[in-house]
Amino acid sequence: MGLRQAYDGVALVAPFSTPYQRYSTDTAHWWIAGALRGALGTAGLKPGEIDGFCVSSFLLAPDSAVGLTQHLGLCLRWLDHIPMGGASGIVALRRAARAVQCGDANIVACVAGDTNHIDSFRTLLSGFSRSASDASYPYGYGGPNANFALLTDRYMQEYGATREDFGRICVAQRSNALKYPGAMMKKPLTLEQYLDTRPISDPIALFDCVMPCAGSEAFLVMPEEEAVKRELPYALIGGTIERHNAHAEDPIQLRGGWTLDIDELYEMADCDAKKIDLLQTYDDYPVICMMQIEDLGFCEKGSAAEFVRSHDLTIDGDFPHNTSGGQLSAGQAGAAGGFLGLVEAIRQVSGTAGPTQVKDANHAMVAGFGMINYDRGVCSGAAIIRSGNS
Amino acid sequence: MTTPLTPPPKKNPQKRTIAPTRPSEARSRAAMGLSAAAAEGRFALQRCAECDTLQYPPRDVCSACLSPDLSWKDISPEGEILAETTIHAVSKLYFRERVPWRIGTVQLDAGPVVICHLHGDCERNSRVTLINRLDRSGQGVLMALPKEGSLNMEDDPQLRAMTSDPKHRRILITDARNTNTPALARSLLDAGAATVFIGEAENWRPNPMRDELNKMANVHIFPLDVTDTSSVQELAAEIGGKTDIMINNASFIRPGGVLARGDTGFARDEIEVNYLGLMRLAQAFGPGMCSRTADGVNSAVAWVNIFSVYALSNDPEFGCFSASNAAARSLSQNMRADFRSSGLRVMNVYTGPTDDDWHQLVPPPKVAPIALARSVVQGLKDGLEETYCGDVAKDLYQRFQNNPNVLERELTQGGDGP
Repeated sequence: MGLRQAYDGVALVAPFSTPYQRYSTDTAHWWIAGALRGALGTAGLKPGEIDGFCVSSFLLAPDSAVGLTQHLGLCLRWLDHIPMGGASGIVALRRAARAVQCGDANIVACVAGDTNHIDSFRTLLSGFSRSASDASYPYGYGGPNANFALLTDRYMQEYGATREDFGRICVAQRSNALKYPGAMMKKPLTLEQYLDTRPISDPIALFDCVMPCAGSEAFLVMPEEEAVKRELPYALIGGTIERHNAHAEDPIQLRGGWTLDIDELYEMADCDAKKIDLLQTYDDYPVICMMQIEDLGFCEKGSAAEFVRSHDLTIDGDFPHNTSGGQLSAGQAGAAGGFLGLVEAIRQVSGTAGPTQVKDANHAMVAGFGMINYDRGVCSGAAIIRSGNS
Repeated sequence: MTTPLTPPPKKNPQKRTIAPTRPSEARSRAAMGLSAAAAEGRFALQRCAECDTLQYPPRDVCSACLSPDLSWKDISPEGEILAETTIHAVSKLYFRERVPWRIGTVQLDAGPVVICHLHGDCERNSRVTLINRLDRSGQGVLMALPKEGSLNMEDDPQLRAMTSDPKHRRILITDARNTNTPALARSLLDAGAATVFIGEAENWRPNPMRDELNKMANVHIFPLDVTDTSSVQELAAEIGGKTDIMINNASFIRPGGVLARGDTGFARDEIEVNYLGLMRLAQAFGPGMCSRTADGVNSAVAWVNIFSVYALSNDPEFGCFSASNAAARSLSQNMRADFRSSGLRVMNVYTGPTDDDWHQLVPPPKVAPIALARSVVQGLKDGLEETYCGDVAKDLYQRFQNNPNVLERELTQGGDGP
């Protein structure tokens, strides 16, 4: 199999994040519209100027992307709806980039958003997937907490990672979130607090879990010359991969689909792990961050615990990671959680991250991971993006 | 070892009775196969007829070859724990009221990896034996038990939540005149039942079973005539609030089918006892029992019906009796539907011909009272919904499953004639 075609000539612009809220009386439609409006405003565009739209949301029902076109008054020649949770940002980027590259659309708005009513998380869980209803929720109804507790338990047994190691990731992300105005978590977190908090599903405790919230994220995909013409800061795509239901034979998930395609990703982007200036992992639980640090080639399998012990993961550190706090500290706004890292990475490499800006951020790796269909995350994806304006 | 359950204190009538909540009931149609197997206490998974791959979670087609030819097969329940967690915080009320709750990931020797409940005595990464049990929503769930068993293992709170164990419970047996009643009472007391109430119709008549029953400790005989609505209601008013397990063994039986009988007299009696008697009991005791399914150690837990296996397919020698049992079996399905939201389980025990006067002319094997009692107690301990007692019942059920129309022909065909 040859290398896939390059993603040349496609610009990622106008990253926009709405400030997150713990609970909202507004709908997913409202949150999605807010992010779309924000991105369009950032780019100085009117809604009529986009001709492609890609949306991810858990709580649009009974609507889909189709209902949104009329609700938002958009006339489009390219429309997509991506139900891949934590992988939806990367996948949206991949699909939109090809549409723009091939001329099926000129400007695509990629948006993810969800609301959070009292009890909407419990309701969402109860209908999440057929296999979860059949074979996971009847067992204590622990949802993702219990599922990831099982993976974490196995990971700790296999590789000797400790609670302190996971804590380092969470503590660093909290420190990053304190500089990110949209984050939910506004108080510092110490390793002692992390270790002393109440258990949720052993070995997972309170600060290993994301806080469900309302929020939305958006970015625009357009030809590079369009971004230049409009004088917009932008990012370019070095390479990007996605993979679903990889390693189905593994009895328990200790690696993701990235391992199958990571070499090709670096080859496409013509770089290696050392050239990456910042990493945005999908952080529904810190064990998944460790899995990505390994599977994306930053260290050997099983040595991510040692890696986080020997690196500083904060914005000013030697390995900036989840610079807007990630979901663990910014909050998990449903499907927008799959966009959080990507939108922040676009800001970073286009030099518009403001208070969270990493110095000399030229190359960013972003990974997505999503959808616990039964016992493991099924979707994974990653992208290397680089600064367009340098 | 599990901390043994202690007998509960006397109930404080001023305290609110905890209302029943349930684990999640939603299942796909394919997954209902696991529940159907659990109803009979079988550990079964789907196997592909074309490539032999075992499937889990349940599927509509084989995940190895896409064949739609999947059927539920009993498989080895042995496996090993790969990972575990104890859940402390959860939004579903049923589990929220019962945390900490332990689950694990088990690699089955047969291949699939399953998420399952973990018995408290399972050691980390140990070998386990899986069971498939109905939970309080009435759906099948897998649970890992220590491979070698453990002391008082039936008292583990997660396991007890799946079963109808008689230990520390109060049980009503409805017919003191049935020849199987002493064996039932004795077996239930031996299994740890706190009290056995026994109903006796027309107590002015001599009852050959009475002396034996009176000699047992913790047995109390009350007047009860299941053909008399007031009698049933009176007993429900007296002991309905402390009946944790109902065992309806009241039965009226006479030989003969439609043409062997000249009128509907006996058929009326059969319907009065076997069908309407069950309905009267259900209407009088059902609501109270349903409201007490979360009432601590001696919560209401199960309703047991004892049916002739010919409820499945008519035995012409006892044609009208079979028909009354078929009606009662259908009613039991209705009771299951009505009781389901409370978690009160309906267990039907199907028996072949019993060793009593009315089956004198039936050739052996016949079911002895103690055999029936063992089936009832084991069924309760395993939390079953359906169990078949004796070789005749098991044989008939297998033939019924294979092809009910063939079974009907076999049962109803006459001799070749002259």
